[in-house]
Amino acid sequence: MAHGSSAVEYRNPAVRWIDRRLPIFSMMHREYGEFPTPRNFNYLWNFGALAMFFLVLMIATGVMLAMHYTPSTDQAFASVERIMRDVNGGWLLRYLHMNGASFFFIVVYIHMFRGLYYGSYKAPRELLWMLGVVIFLLMMATAFMGYVLPWGQMSYWGATVITNLFSTIPWVGDAIVTWLWGGFSVDNPTLNRFFSLHFLLPFVILGVVVLHIAALHVTGSNNPTGIEPKGPQDTLPFHPYYTMKDTFGLAVCLILFSIMVFFAPNFMGHPDNYIPANPLVTPSHIVPEWYFLPFYAILRAVTFNFLFIPAELGGVILMFGSIIVLFFVSWLDTSKVRSAKYRPVYKWFFWLFVIDVLVLGYMGSQPAEGINVLIAQLATLYYFLHFLVVLPLLGKFERPKPLPRSIAEAVLPRGRSAAGMAAAPAE
Amino acid sequence: MADTTEHGADPEHEGGTRRDFLYLTTAAVGVVGLGVAVWPFINSMNPAADTLALATVDVDLSALEVGQAITVMWQGKPVFIRYRTPEEIAEAESVDPAILPDPQTDAERFPVEPNYMVVVGICTHLGCVPLGQKSTDPRGDYGGYFCPCHGSHYDTSGRIRQGPAPENLLVPEYTFVEEQQIVIGEA
Repeated sequence: MAHGSSAVEYRNPAVRWIDRRLPIFSMMHREYGEFPTPRNFNYLWNFGALAMFFLVLMIATGVMLAMHYTPSTDQAFASVERIMRDVNGGWLLRYLHMNGASFFFIVVYIHMFRGLYYGSYKAPRELLWMLGVVIFLLMMATAFMGYVLPWGQMSYWGATVITNLFSTIPWVGDAIVTWLWGGFSVDNPTLNRFFSLHFLLPFVILGVVVLHIAALHVTGSNNPTGIEPKGPQDTLPFHPYYTMKDTFGLAVCLILFSIMVFFAPNFMGHPDNYIPANPLVTPSHIVPEWYFLPFYAILRAVTFNFLFIPAELGGVILMFGSIIVLFFVSWLDTSKVRSAKYRPVYKWFFWLFVIDVLVLGYMGSQPAEGINVLIAQLATLYYFLHFLVVLPLLGKFERPKPLPRSIAEAVLPRGRSAAGMAAAPAE
Repeated sequence: MADTTEHGADPEHEGGTRRDFLYLTTAAVGVVGLGVAVWPFINSMNPAADTLALATVDVDLSALEVGQAITVMWQGKPVFIRYRTPEEIAEAESVDPAILPDPQTDAERFPVEPNYMVVVGICTHLGCVPLGQKSTDPRGDYGGYFCPCHGSHYDTSGRIRQGPAPENLLVPEYTFVEEQQIVIGEA
């Protein structure tokens, strides 16, 4: 490994000594220094690095918060308020953690839509994409359990509604729910295990992220043209070009993040969660956090029994199915062309799908009554049609635009690409 | 990676190039920025406002008769308060500080009101709580406190006289807000 093409002789004797025994410096240099990266990334390629930043921020703030939080139904709410009022900078840590969760999801959703638009899930990156879906699932579980910890009204009733989903499983449902709760309702045992798992899962996510990045460094990154780099004229070393671009993107993102944390920290939360949990009073309108809304809309969309499947179970199946289907996108999309840039028809279906998800999200936030139910049902139907019908058929019927011969040809002014870009790019 | 051969200094600019300067200034700003960002995390581990609010304790001494002692909790530690008898005070004052392991006169320890001895009830050896507050407790060879763990003897001023403890029992900061009312934890 240390003697690959990138073997570097280090001048610093300590670095050299370590590197010969454990080539971490060579590895960093190979994977993050000279790593050949397509030269044509746009800013959508910042979002993986941004997601990594928010994962680290969540773990850092979370570890500090756990030093002050008490996982007990008697004291959880009060300990969170103590963090807000008495712990030095506790308000900052908690608002960073709360809004960090929202930003983590914003960044990851953009990262996922980026992948869908530019066909980043296609061969040879199927496993890379599937690992990403695993991370997404783990994030959802972690976020859900984290939201229960402050033990407010939304915490309690959200936990009650979501854990009750499992009671719809035939025959064993009630036993599973009792097992999840560690009792006969959401109570102290539930809170304790959610705290334990909420602390554990981020490190599991970190492990899968390492696999995600390892897979990425085997296949290399996709790029806006969707065609593979064909030589050095198509790539740039990761450092300093993309370290700089990621740093700039991070700075812009942190400005937006700071605006939320310091000026509207509760904008994405629910006022009801500042009322201590009360098992005797249900809030009039239970809504999950915004990042779950599209899936919540799918859950509620099934209002009718289908064959032998009761409505509740149908909703649960579709909700989980809406994420499971993402695992199979690599094979459902039959088109050989990756990037929507060269897929004139898919491009429109992609944006239709984005609108569909936004409609689902809005419907998830509204009471399920009147016309809302029908809209949510149609949007749910389209969600699955997109993956199960549109993607397979489009590959057969769509006539893609001609692909450029190389990335350099696609992105450089005519004539310059012929020079082969042997000279170093202008500084 | 500034020390790889590829990124070595330009031989024509032995003293460093503009780029070196930019790297160093950028790194410096980054390090300072990280330091600033890390501070709230570290500071959150310091005692919180409600913990600090319990940092002092008010004690009413009016119920205490001569020869009686009470123990109060202050910052999680026992504080021994004893209304000393004239004999105990006389004995404490009569000792020549030069012979003590931790030389201190009684007046240095309790300058304001020698009638009351106020000490943190934790042996300075390994942190046990000495005996002597209850009338049935052994009070050691010097009539003050006796630590049962390793046999340290304290006198009627709470000074170490015999045994492994290196220092006298700590006198906490306290003030008389009224004639028979003290606040422990406030100078």
